[in-house]
Amino acid sequence: MSWKRFGCYGRNGAEEAGEVGRRRWGRPAPQRVAAWAAWLGKEVPVLRSLQIVATLVLAWLAVFLQAAWDGFRPILGVQPDLLPALMVHTALRTHLVNVFLLAALGGLAMDSLSANPVGVTSLPLLALGLVLHMRKELVLRDQPFAQAVLGALAGAAVPTLTVGLLLSLGHEPLVGWGSLWQGAVLAVWGAAVTPLVFRLFGALEHWFGAAPTGPGSFRPDREIRRGRV
Amino acid sequence: MWKRSHSVALGLLAGLSLLLLSLPEELAARFKVAFGALYLPLLGLAGAAHQAAQETAGLMVSRRELLRQNEQLRRENAQLRLETLQAAEWARENARLRRLLGWQEQSPWRDRLRLARVTLREPTPWWRSFTIDLGSRQGVRTGLPVLTPEGLVGRTSEVGPFHARVVLVGDANCRVSAQVLNVTGDTGLIGPAGPLDRDLVLLSYLPRTAVVRPGQAVVTSGLGGIFPKGIPIGTVVDVRPAGDGLYLEARVQLAAPLHVLEEVWVLWP
Repeated sequence: MSWKRFGCYGRNGAEEAGEVGRRRWGRPAPQRVAAWAAWLGKEVPVLRSLQIVATLVLAWLAVFLQAAWDGFRPILGVQPDLLPALMVHTALRTHLVNVFLLAALGGLAMDSLSANPVGVTSLPLLALGLVLHMRKELVLRDQPFAQAVLGALAGAAVPTLTVGLLLSLGHEPLVGWGSLWQGAVLAVWGAAVTPLVFRLFGALEHWFGAAPTGPGSFRPDREIRRGRV
Repeated sequence: MWKRSHSVALGLLAGLSLLLLSLPEELAARFKVAFGALYLPLLGLAGAAHQAAQETAGLMVSRRELLRQNEQLRRENAQLRLETLQAAEWARENARLRRLLGWQEQSPWRDRLRLARVTLREPTPWWRSFTIDLGSRQGVRTGLPVLTPEGLVGRTSEVGPFHARVVLVGDANCRVSAQVLNVTGDTGLIGPAGPLDRDLVLLSYLPRTAVVRPGQAVVTSGLGGIFPKGIPIGTVVDVRPAGDGLYLEARVQLAAPLHVLEEVWVLWP
């Protein structure tokens, strides 16, 4: 009986083992492992589903609270909006599908509770999400300062684009010199809240995601070598 | 990496948004009401929480304070009854004089009011509106005046089965024909002031020769067919020429505190 039938090719048998693998399965072992991992990622997307659901639920609740609780408006002159901060996180950390879902459902939720024409909030959110997602490799997305800057830009850009879209559609939104103050407040709010959103979702990933694997107990100097020593 | 499926999704979402934006107003309102139904459970929870908070606050008020409020309300009730008697006499005299002149009789609108509670406020800073807990199931329809004992609030716009949106005075979509209570009874058009001026509106298109002074009352003129005549709007703050001197424009302090209202009255047709 040969030990080779059990996959043991000895210390110098790596090349022979790789050749056997290619004849039997068509690919060497590292490629087979990578293929299995990708297949597992498709079949068990627990963390991805959780991200989508958590993002949409948070957007749904945030829009409701923005309409139901009027606490900030007497002080700041404007109700803070969480959707731009959520879109920054979704675009930089998750998949493009999440960007589309948040733009569609978050925008429709906002329009259904406000006097906006339905569909007007989705396009600015989508534009923001696409721009950030396409450039996410160029952004230091793990740095709080970068997150704050992007949150500030998003907080100012989304309302500006929405008002521009409303004006181009022939509506008469209430704009004036006071809108500059409101835009500044929304930008500061975006800068403050966006790093918190990243932390929140980071905590969710830590709690519900797979634990990172350690180096293991294998030591090359303790390997039992078979065959002739 | 950008894939073909992403292009399809982008096209679908952009197409859906453009389609929704180009819908007729009535269909778009129905779509908004249908999508807003997702928030009905939260509205119920918020209403229950609000009621529980009020009841808890009521339990914490001392007996002495309750007796004091009771006595104050009793005095106000007695005064209002006397005023109602006098107003009833004026209404009878008005109707008698109208009959003598051959004019059409007016039905008093105080008998057509229905109380509603404010549930949600406008989340965006470029509109002035809120949502009330009356809808088409209770007979609400678009264009009904909404007011408080202090003055005019606005009119209903988007009506769902259980809730309706009220566009406030000071929003661009709620223009009100108003009259200044001065010697000449000058009329103008109420419009929005600024995004941060929550309690101010502009009364525009007053004649150049109008004698408008700070402190004068402004009421609805009855023109336009939506708002009955005589509902208080506010008081004049200041006046200045506008439109290159073609007309006068007055800033009006609203009588009704729009941003702290919790209950309003809807005027039925």
